[in-house]
Amino acid sequence: MKTTHINFIGNRKIAMTFSGILMVIAIVSLAVRGLQMGIDFTGGTLIEVGYQQTADLAVLRKTLDESGFTNATVQNFGTSKDVLIRLKLQEGVNSADLSNKVLEAINKNTTTPASLRRVEFVGPQVGDDLATDGFLALLYSTVAILVYVAVRFEWKFSVGAIIATFHDVIVTLGVFSVFALEFDLTVLAAILALIGYSLNDTIVVYDRIRENFRKMRKTSTEDMMNIAVNDTLSRTIMISMTVFLVLVSLFFLGGEVIHNFSIALLFGVVFGTYSSIFIASPAALILGVSPEDLIVPEKEGAHLDGMP
Amino acid sequence: MQNHYSLWQNLLILGIFLISLIYSLPNLFGEDPSVQVSSTNTLTQDQANKIEASIKTNGVTPKAFEFTDGRILVRFNNTDDQLKIADLLRDQMGNDGTVALNLAPTTPHWLRSISAKAMYLGLDLRGGVHFLLEVDMDAAVKQAEERYTEDLRLALRDKKIRYQSVSKDSGYIRLKLKSAEDKAAVFDILNKDFRGLKVTEPPEQDQLWAKMSDADAREVKKFSVAQNMTTLRNRVNELGVAEPVIQQQGDNRIVVQLPGVQDTTRAKEILGTTATLEYRLVDVDHDVQKAVEGHVPVGSKLYYDKNKNAVLLDKRVIVTGDQIVDASSGMDQDGRPAVFISLNGVGAAKMGKLTQANVGKPMAVVFIENKVETKLVDGQKIRHKELVEKVISVATIQGVFSKRFQTTGLDSPQEARNLALLLRAGALAAPVDIVEERTVGPSLGQDNINKGVLSFVVGFVLVVLLMAGYYKVFGMIADIALAFNVVIVVAILSMLQATLTLPGIAGIILTVGMSVDANVLIFERIREEIRNAHPPQTAIFMGYDRAFGTILDSHVTNLVVAVVLFAFGTGSVKGFAVTLIIGILSSMFTAIAGTRMVINWIYGNRRVEKLSI
Repeated sequence: MKTTHINFIGNRKIAMTFSGILMVIAIVSLAVRGLQMGIDFTGGTLIEVGYQQTADLAVLRKTLDESGFTNATVQNFGTSKDVLIRLKLQEGVNSADLSNKVLEAINKNTTTPASLRRVEFVGPQVGDDLATDGFLALLYSTVAILVYVAVRFEWKFSVGAIIATFHDVIVTLGVFSVFALEFDLTVLAAILALIGYSLNDTIVVYDRIRENFRKMRKTSTEDMMNIAVNDTLSRTIMISMTVFLVLVSLFFLGGEVIHNFSIALLFGVVFGTYSSIFIASPAALILGVSPEDLIVPEKEGAHLDGMP
Repeated sequence: MQNHYSLWQNLLILGIFLISLIYSLPNLFGEDPSVQVSSTNTLTQDQANKIEASIKTNGVTPKAFEFTDGRILVRFNNTDDQLKIADLLRDQMGNDGTVALNLAPTTPHWLRSISAKAMYLGLDLRGGVHFLLEVDMDAAVKQAEERYTEDLRLALRDKKIRYQSVSKDSGYIRLKLKSAEDKAAVFDILNKDFRGLKVTEPPEQDQLWAKMSDADAREVKKFSVAQNMTTLRNRVNELGVAEPVIQQQGDNRIVVQLPGVQDTTRAKEILGTTATLEYRLVDVDHDVQKAVEGHVPVGSKLYYDKNKNAVLLDKRVIVTGDQIVDASSGMDQDGRPAVFISLNGVGAAKMGKLTQANVGKPMAVVFIENKVETKLVDGQKIRHKELVEKVISVATIQGVFSKRFQTTGLDSPQEARNLALLLRAGALAAPVDIVEERTVGPSLGQDNINKGVLSFVVGFVLVVLLMAGYYKVFGMIADIALAFNVVIVVAILSMLQATLTLPGIAGIILTVGMSVDANVLIFERIREEIRNAHPPQTAIFMGYDRAFGTILDSHVTNLVVAVVLFAFGTGSVKGFAVTLIIGILSSMFTAIAGTRMVINWIYGNRRVEKLSI
């Protein structure tokens, strides 16, 4: 690939506007619609059953209704033979036995019994704990990365990286909110993995900016950033491409359970690549990064002595 | 001399690769459906021969019959044979042993001898049930307070100190003496035998208040969790589950994982109940009707049987469940379901003495169950506790008995079997509540494995093609390193016996995508150095050298997140974090040192005009 000369930084206003709109949509949706929280966080019961042939959801709903499970939601899961039944935590009902009762009810008056594929029951106490732990994990990993980037680079870059990362996370969460995709533990894990991953590309660009600052003292900051982004463009895209490919494979072949996990990462990787090209560097520029900020730090490669 | 690895560097890399290859091998071998027979007493060769013979007479040819360390493992060619023989052996062994279904790895002997094992599959891959139980700590403390109160009464009586009352009231044991002069003697007793109690003196001269010290309460809580784990382990063993996991999680929660178990109803019944028995004499001196109206005589307590008939029983317990050393279920002479009980020495002596003195009088068996449920009431989580005490049988003491006897009055053979199991396994020290359940059916487990493997293979091939197409020879070298990386990850997971879950497989797939990132950075750098008119050897050297800092930075951020995920994640998410951590670390090694070695072999130490990159 030839070195490109695209004026990314000069056209930052376009990217900023685009991202701004995305962010506003995401935040408004998150505020108004919220996230479709899975039972991992809300508590409740989820039962997946499999039939030999296409499942008749209408009959199933009626059966459940008649058996007193009035707040059950029934839907196909992956194939027309698999059915997912969800039950919210019910007032005054002990939920631990609920799954057995539901299975009993739907297999009572039928010649084609369903086989149990999966049951997940999360009690109210555990749901709260999982949500708290999830939030703490999000907080700690963000802080840890902020500190790491601040130590390795300079605070303006660090803030720039965090802005880019937050952008990716919020837009991805926005996707989940707008399309009402279920947000469960695996999705949370994906969002966390995304935080680490989204920084990858950003760091590649920043590393190059730092290097160029030292080499080309005479060039303006804006031009230098442009050169850095263009220089690293092919690797930024390749890095994302490899991960994108495995995620596509996971999305199409990994099965229903892992579906939302792959969606979160797919969107995350796309936005992560976009933000490291269009957002991270302009953010640092707007914060007023100048060559002087980077003269003092250790020379890159100085710690490599002795490496093969 | 540029781009040359010394002999030891080459050997080290190849050595790591070889070891990883060997330790990842067990995963290529499958598993046999098998049945495991064990017993609390070691099985004899004789018994083993008998079992082997009875399998053959049933027309099933096992794949292998192994008898080692007093345990039998029978491997079968298919699951039908396995289930058939398991049922047969369960009937045959009865209470003498435990029959468990198992999947026995078919790893060859030489691999097992270097303790190379296949990865440990999580429940979402192998099927089974995961429970999270919460121990009711408040109940444990309350029970301890009750024990203290009872013991204190006994101690006072023992020392002939007269008291008006010893009662439990809002966390305090309130002791009211007949005369204030006995206070010193009471202090003596308290200091000597009741160190766990903190004593305060209220303004009333004839009273002493005692409270469990914080340290003691902590001790009680710790003990009740430990005790519950032991009991749960016993119960799970009785259920016949191979490779169960019983672990403490946090202060007051216990994880129970039962691979292969599908009948969650029975599992829940067995794990959650605190059922036990008590034997009491029937109070024949007082009128039951009066007691029902509210005049329960001192020293007696009102109970109800299954048909809601009132029964008045003596407050003193003859024997309790913890004095039962063995229990088995069966039928009595009249064909009713019965539990056959054996008592320990203390219990037997007490029972002997009592039956001797009370021949002809009625005795009652009380079934006690401590039910805990968390319910949602007005949006609040209310822990609802219910003590179910019902009289299951009243029978006249026909003669003196002590150590062995039977109890009838149970509804079904199933109930008798469960009760016998619970009595054998011991009581829970404190009630438990199931707060989380995750059950995965066997078909879904296999589905998950198939889907995981398929998406891995496809993802891998796509990345391999992209790298080879874009970076040519260098890309192919990166592909070799990528395969090498997967082998190392699998080997480390196998060695650590870390649990592989479906998100864990996703983690491996993700590292396949991320692992080549380092190579992309290096190769792009080499291309750049070539463009800057550096000779090929120098370009390779500079490419590796300059890209390293960037690789390090980008991997550390991923690693930080993975570690945080590991610290906060539970279950399958933890599995994801584990594979991610291992994958990131090993990819640093393979993508840098591994590719460098091969590139050195191909390009190092000679004149190179052009690089295929």
